[in-house]
Amino acid sequence: MSILENHKRFKDIVKGRIREDFKKFVTQDEMIGKSENDYVKIPVSRIKLPKFIYGAKNQGGVGQGEGQEGKEVPSKGQKAGNSPGEHQVEVEVEIDELAEILGKELELPRIEPKGKKLVSSEDKRYTNISDVGPSGLRHFKKTYKEALKRSIASGTYNAKDPMIVPIKKDFRYKASKPVSKPTANAVVIYIMDVSGSMGEEQKKIVRMESFWINTWLKFNYKGLDTRFIIHDASAKEVDEETFFSTSESGGTLISSAYKKALEIIDKDYPVNEWNIYMFHFSDGDNWSSDDTNLCKDIIKNEFLKKINLFGYGQVESKYGSGQFIKDLKKDFEEEDAVVCSPIKSKDEIVRSIKDFLGKGR
Amino acid sequence: MLKLPQELVAQQKKISKLAASLELDFYDTVFEMVTYKEMNQIAALGGFPVRYPHWRFGMEYDSISKSYEYGLSKIYELVINNDPCYAYLLEGNSFVDHKLVIAHVYGHCDFFKNNKWFSKTNRKMMDQMANHATRVRRYIDLHGIERVERFIDCCLSLENLIDRHSPYVDEQIQIVRSESEESNDNDRKKNTDKDSSPKRYLDSYIKSLEVKNPEIEKPIELTRKTQINPEKDVLKFLIQNAPLEDWELDIISIIRKEAYYFAPQGMTKIMNEGWASYWHAKMMTEHICNDNEIIDFSDTHSGTMAMKPDGFNPYKIGIELMRDIEIRWNKGQFGKEWNECDNLDAKKNWDRKLDKGREKIFEVRRDYNDVMFIDHFLTEEFCVKNKFFVYQFNKKTKKFEINTRDFKAIKNKLLFQLTNFGQPIIQVVDHNFENRGELLLTHLFEGVELQPDYMKQTMTRLFMLWKRPVCLATVLDKSPALVSYDGTDFVHKNLDQAA
Repeated sequence: MSILENHKRFKDIVKGRIREDFKKFVTQDEMIGKSENDYVKIPVSRIKLPKFIYGAKNQGGVGQGEGQEGKEVPSKGQKAGNSPGEHQVEVEVEIDELAEILGKELELPRIEPKGKKLVSSEDKRYTNISDVGPSGLRHFKKTYKEALKRSIASGTYNAKDPMIVPIKKDFRYKASKPVSKPTANAVVIYIMDVSGSMGEEQKKIVRMESFWINTWLKFNYKGLDTRFIIHDASAKEVDEETFFSTSESGGTLISSAYKKALEIIDKDYPVNEWNIYMFHFSDGDNWSSDDTNLCKDIIKNEFLKKINLFGYGQVESKYGSGQFIKDLKKDFEEEDAVVCSPIKSKDEIVRSIKDFLGKGR
Repeated sequence: MLKLPQELVAQQKKISKLAASLELDFYDTVFEMVTYKEMNQIAALGGFPVRYPHWRFGMEYDSISKSYEYGLSKIYELVINNDPCYAYLLEGNSFVDHKLVIAHVYGHCDFFKNNKWFSKTNRKMMDQMANHATRVRRYIDLHGIERVERFIDCCLSLENLIDRHSPYVDEQIQIVRSESEESNDNDRKKNTDKDSSPKRYLDSYIKSLEVKNPEIEKPIELTRKTQINPEKDVLKFLIQNAPLEDWELDIISIIRKEAYYFAPQGMTKIMNEGWASYWHAKMMTEHICNDNEIIDFSDTHSGTMAMKPDGFNPYKIGIELMRDIEIRWNKGQFGKEWNECDNLDAKKNWDRKLDKGREKIFEVRRDYNDVMFIDHFLTEEFCVKNKFFVYQFNKKTKKFEINTRDFKAIKNKLLFQLTNFGQPIIQVVDHNFENRGELLLTHLFEGVELQPDYMKQTMTRLFMLWKRPVCLATVLDKSPALVSYDGTDFVHKNLDQAA
């Protein structure tokens, strides 16, 4: 089929395998747009050949609908002129579906909740039968059977005129039965280095990567908790919005963040009930080797005992890549629960996610 | 691909008879049942089963299949302007949907055959496309995919630079350097026509004279004379004048041909969809649907007619305008008397019982394109009823916002979007600019500037074809400018200062 040939060629161009000069025309800015109401927009990559066209922002257009002047029009309009195959560029997907796609694309293993540390939650199922209950829950078949049994037993049943009249004690009702359902609790603690050397680009990478990690973990654990810590020379806990938007400046003491994380875990997440994940993103420029040693101690003595997975992502900033990742790798090469992943640029996010989540812990 | 099942063949016959009895007039139409994969593939290839190999069809396939798989959109129908028309039905659709699509398709087929903007399209395009594919494949075998693909990409960047009205005016102008495909044909024709047509005979005589006496007038000088008529068909100009190899010429002309073939579909999108929707609605509700099918029909129908706030649904506007015209001409709501009447009450109850609606819409279907359609028939009442507005980019809030609901503004904006496809009009004015063989293009400025980065990229493509510096006179940042590209650098000249 010729279309598959074309499709492959297109994919190769998008991935930059062939015609590398062409990559600049590929429109695929961020992998995520906005997530609103459980929907995520994924831009489908397209290659836009240059043409003499009108600048979109100068253009505007005609639309239809309610609204006063000055009301925002969601997303820009499509032009009326329509060459064959001007299709929408964005695809909206439900988060769960997205996670499934993500899992499939990256061949991520489903996560095994750790140990038997399952917390059961009670749920009701209407599978029982009772002789008392509201008439709304009356079980017709069972009631009929009871009445039939009684009338046969008492000899009032007439096969030629099989009329059954139930009396009060024949009535049966549906009743609830408590079911215990095992659920696994999980918390993810994201830590980001916001010291002076982390620029906008680095934060963008962190944002995208943590979004995808979050999507995957959410898919595996219903009711996932997330906590956010930012640090430079000192650490503090913040909400999600602040996490992605602050830019502080200052030195870097990674241990401060680890101590803070430990504090949160000890306070809110008893280790035998919770699956704990921690992801730390930094450019790896720690203040001193003393502090790095302190970090390693915390990881070895505390984190490894309490945490399912400790992920360390090192983003390359304009000042280069720090030493921290090498230090960690040296000490924890053998540990499955510690994953170190260098992220040089946006293109490496996918690989890095795979590094983090590929072990199914 | 499957033959239609028996029940559908029966329906198709019934609907085709019905359409004919309603005075629709169409080519024979071949229906085929396809799976969604086949449908996506055909749609990606612009409706044709065979096209030349190119990644952009793969890109379309990628988008279409993704949006199908995520349940966002589904292609219901696909019909090709060809004689016979080909139409595809999607396997797995409900029986009612199939009937709807068949009825809809007959509307399109009638439009293809009778609308005069389609009159110059090649009705054997199916064969032509396959032929193009073979030729391009041959060039790929000869010159390698990379080289041919690059060249195609170049041409595609210029694909919108054709003169959409030219097929209807300048038939007598022949392409001087005949396309290699036709040169053989022409030669053959020349031989056979020699006796019967003296003019052709003379042509070849003159040509051979030129070849024999190259010293008298250098052919290059001949083609590169300074004064030419402005040419909107930039592709044609390049075919005639650019220093290209034969296979390159052939590829440009393939792309140009296909662009011209698709052009009327862009020029009549609103009308074409409106017309087909008008007829499917009429046929389904009045003749085809059983009582128990009408709800399902309405469900599908309303789905295709839905408007998004930012969108512009040609189906919806087309069908509403068609109906509006029919009602107005039935009631005599047109002409001087109607236009000059200010009495709203009288206008509301205006009914001259002329019954000319049906006749009028058939006339519209024959003679109009979208621009004329909107220009003549869009009324203020219609815009108010359909809640139209104009939106604009607000630089302060960085969002698209509703700008106005003023009728004139709406109409102007719509017309502007439609004129020349919503594409800027760019023409070649000089091919020996500054007496240095540079190519000068002008952008006929209509209030909207070109997107600068795309403009530059396109100019580099143009340079690759022309092989000499390329200049474009346009407007940048609100002042007239001349942008030139010499193969390495761009130079901006502000024309205000120069003057």
